[in-house]
Amino acid sequence: MMKKKENNSKKRRMEHVLSALKKDKVAIASLIFLAFIIVISLIAPLLPIDPNKTDVMNMLTPPSAEHWFGTDEVGRDYLARVIYGGRVSLLVGVLAMLASVFIGVSVGTISGYCGGIIDMILMRIVDIMSSIPWMILVTVISIFLNPGLKSIIIVIGCFTWMEIARLVRAETLSVKEREYVMYAKFVGTPFWKVILSHVIPSVFPTIIIAGTTSIAGAIMTESSLSFLGIGIQQPMSSWGSLLQSAQTNLQNALYMAFIPGLLIVCTIFAFNKLGNLLRIYMEPRVTSGEKE
Amino acid sequence: MEQKTKLLEVKNLNTTFQMQKNLVKAVRGVDIHVNKGEILSVVGESGSGKSVLMKSIMGILPENAQITAEQIRFESNDIQNISKEQQRKMRGKEIAMIFQDPMTALNPLKTIGQHLCEVLIRHRGMKKAEATKEAVEALKKVGIPSPESRLKQYPHEFSGGMRQRVLIAMALCCNPKLLIADEPTTALDVTIQAQILELLQELQEKEHMSIVLITHDLGVVASLSNRIVVMYGGLVMEEGLTDEIFYHPSHPYTRALLHAIPKPVTGVKERLEPIPGMAPSLLNPPSGCPFAERCNFATKKCLEGLPEYRKYSDTQRAMCIFTDEQLDQMKEKGEGTHVKS
Amino acid sequence: MAKYILKRILTAIPMILIITIICFTLIHMAPYDAIDSMTNPKMSQETIDLIRAKYGYDQPVYIQYIRWIQGMLGGNFGYSIVTHQNIADDLVARIPNTIKLVLPAYLTAYILSIILGLVAGSHKNKWQDKLIDGLASIGIATPTFWVAMLLIYFFGYKLKVLPILGMHTIGLESSFADYMRHFIMPYIVLTLGFLPDSIRYVRSSTITQYAEDYVMVQNAFGASKKEIMFKHVCKNVLLPVITKLGMALPMLVTGAIITETIFGWPGIGPYFIKAIQSMDYPIVMAILVLSSTLVILGNLLSDILYCVTDPRIREMG
Repeated sequence: MMKKKENNSKKRRMEHVLSALKKDKVAIASLIFLAFIIVISLIAPLLPIDPNKTDVMNMLTPPSAEHWFGTDEVGRDYLARVIYGGRVSLLVGVLAMLASVFIGVSVGTISGYCGGIIDMILMRIVDIMSSIPWMILVTVISIFLNPGLKSIIIVIGCFTWMEIARLVRAETLSVKEREYVMYAKFVGTPFWKVILSHVIPSVFPTIIIAGTTSIAGAIMTESSLSFLGIGIQQPMSSWGSLLQSAQTNLQNALYMAFIPGLLIVCTIFAFNKLGNLLRIYMEPRVTSGEKE
Repeated sequence: MEQKTKLLEVKNLNTTFQMQKNLVKAVRGVDIHVNKGEILSVVGESGSGKSVLMKSIMGILPENAQITAEQIRFESNDIQNISKEQQRKMRGKEIAMIFQDPMTALNPLKTIGQHLCEVLIRHRGMKKAEATKEAVEALKKVGIPSPESRLKQYPHEFSGGMRQRVLIAMALCCNPKLLIADEPTTALDVTIQAQILELLQELQEKEHMSIVLITHDLGVVASLSNRIVVMYGGLVMEEGLTDEIFYHPSHPYTRALLHAIPKPVTGVKERLEPIPGMAPSLLNPPSGCPFAERCNFATKKCLEGLPEYRKYSDTQRAMCIFTDEQLDQMKEKGEGTHVKS
Repeated sequence: MAKYILKRILTAIPMILIITIICFTLIHMAPYDAIDSMTNPKMSQETIDLIRAKYGYDQPVYIQYIRWIQGMLGGNFGYSIVTHQNIADDLVARIPNTIKLVLPAYLTAYILSIILGLVAGSHKNKWQDKLIDGLASIGIATPTFWVAMLLIYFFGYKLKVLPILGMHTIGLESSFADYMRHFIMPYIVLTLGFLPDSIRYVRSSTITQYAEDYVMVQNAFGASKKEIMFKHVCKNVLLPVITKLGMALPMLVTGAIITETIFGWPGIGPYFIKAIQSMDYPIVMAILVLSSTLVILGNLLSDILYCVTDPRIREMG
């Protein structure tokens, strides 16, 4: 029954988010954690740590004052390895997200905007791609490309765009029906211009939200693949590949498995939380939707 | 009309919704009563609190609603004093309610028969077979053809008007003393609207129940109701017998509403006057008269505090600082240019 | 309804075909020649050509494809390049093990998630909901293999109560108790892996249902909370959840591969990973096609179930 005024809606939305934040201590913690992880990853090369320096005297030592996260089986400082591993994990997450958003948005807008046969073909492809278990598909693709950072980004990007494409297509279809877009089409504005100036801005919120959660998904996929030994390869390491090597020392060095795993959990959780907050900001109905 | 026994009497009812941090005051100290065997219309724009008021009385608001009242007396009991369980048993049996949108009011996965039987089994303690028989009767009563086969059908196989009839059948099958109809015709085609209203009136006469008709359209209820309550901004603006409201409207808002009704009967081409402005926000309701902002006669005094009710007869009262005569005079003089402070 | 189901089945068939083509092409585009893994540089060109001819790799691609499909349909998946064993035999030996692990875990997760999702959804914003939803969102963020590692550490290494590898202790193949001891950890890991997503799904669909008008109407007709929950909301929630039954199959395949590999469960998972690592591509192709077919059939089944149970769709077509 409440009438929402369209003006000052931006302020309202921000208030929504802030009030959601105030109630949700976990969300605040998540944001701080994310900011911390990202900053650490960015400035890692400036820190006085070396992930590859071995210390034969201290192999597999548990966390101590000297090595906060302990050392690994060849005596490398685990804190440094975890920080550099995080860099790789986050990098994969972000780049894979960009790749999948790029493909998803292109396919979604083209499909939704053009309609007809193009739409049908593209959507069939989406159907087929989403019906193949991604795990299997990804593993198969990783045969082609030598396993490593580049291929894993391509692989994740190429096989997780379908959901975004569906969302964007739906959004495009509804945008297409709006008068200003019909008008633009009518006066002969070229196709790509209409998409860039009308469609993309309207689907932007959807993209942002989907993108945030897809970072989380990409980090998860990367860690699974690296854990199975078909992702990031030595000497580079990510949290997933750290877990893989931790597996062999599990019996006497639990911390090696515990720390990267916990970081994966927290990071993915935090990205999902961030996605949620963005959703509150972009689609206020979701939260205050009890009464309309 | 002489004094009648009151079936429902509500005093000083307030309903507040907790939304995020904010309190939304949807109903602000409303007194209302329903006499036995009458049709009472509650009229107001959307957001005036009319629907919330009735749902508060029914006790079916979502959990973020807070209801306080001095009294909600139904027959001899105050609803506030009886247990939740008993309140629940009253709903559908003593007081029944039908709703605005018959398309969504029925569970799409259950047959019409199941809907009806559930109510009968719940409130009248019937067995399945008995309930089915009674359900057929109930459908007949509301004019649904071939009720036996209709029982086995699902809501999506019914048209909007038919669904509303089913809901009415559901509401009537326990012979309630009070039927609350929340904009029962808004979602329907015009021709169906008339049919449903006719049906309601007919059933009311036959069953001797009271009906509260919630509507935003004064025109619809003119011929139907005995009394009318006009609500605005969570307050009762004016209350009176139908004749009193139509021939001696004493509140500017009522007058504005009457001007907004098309009158095809008179044949005179009268200008329809839309009411300027928008309904006030319930989030921070103005301290004064809620209609002041849109009222042609508003003065500074209107914004300062709520005016007292002025009684015009035993049955009519209005919440305005001016009497009806003063309003008439001002209108003649052509005053009533929008006053804003 | 029959018409709709028929239509659905008819669209599923070309999809499976396309998937086989994609699989086949993918493998063919791979920069490795299958022949390489069977030969060594010392062999003469003639020997290599002979081997090539023997496995049919000298034929044009489309012929190879048709032969491969024909084989598939006849239950002949070809031979492993590395071990030269019949793939069909390997699969027959391994698939039951996978089912023995995945099916119980899946059913448990399914039932649990329906119960927890309904509880959470019907208590929106109360402590039950916050607890269940909170745990689910942590669960979603948790990699299954990490849970597996922690379980192995605590129950296998620390408490030494559960075996960490395989399905049977050697010599105790017929002991059910021994099997259960091996079974319990991968079972828990898999169940936990499926659970959070499904809880979320059931929860949000419960919340949607509770916001529907008919719930308020039922309330107005004096239905008790129990009646609303069990006679109305439950039914409407479970219907779309049936759809999830088949939709979750891809997750199932993924979960099974990771979990089986960690616990050395002799199912399809480790077989597949080993095949990938050794470029044993007939095996990879066979599993790729099988699992995709499974997923498509799962979706098909969901759709059919959905249209059998929902009266609104039942009437159509």
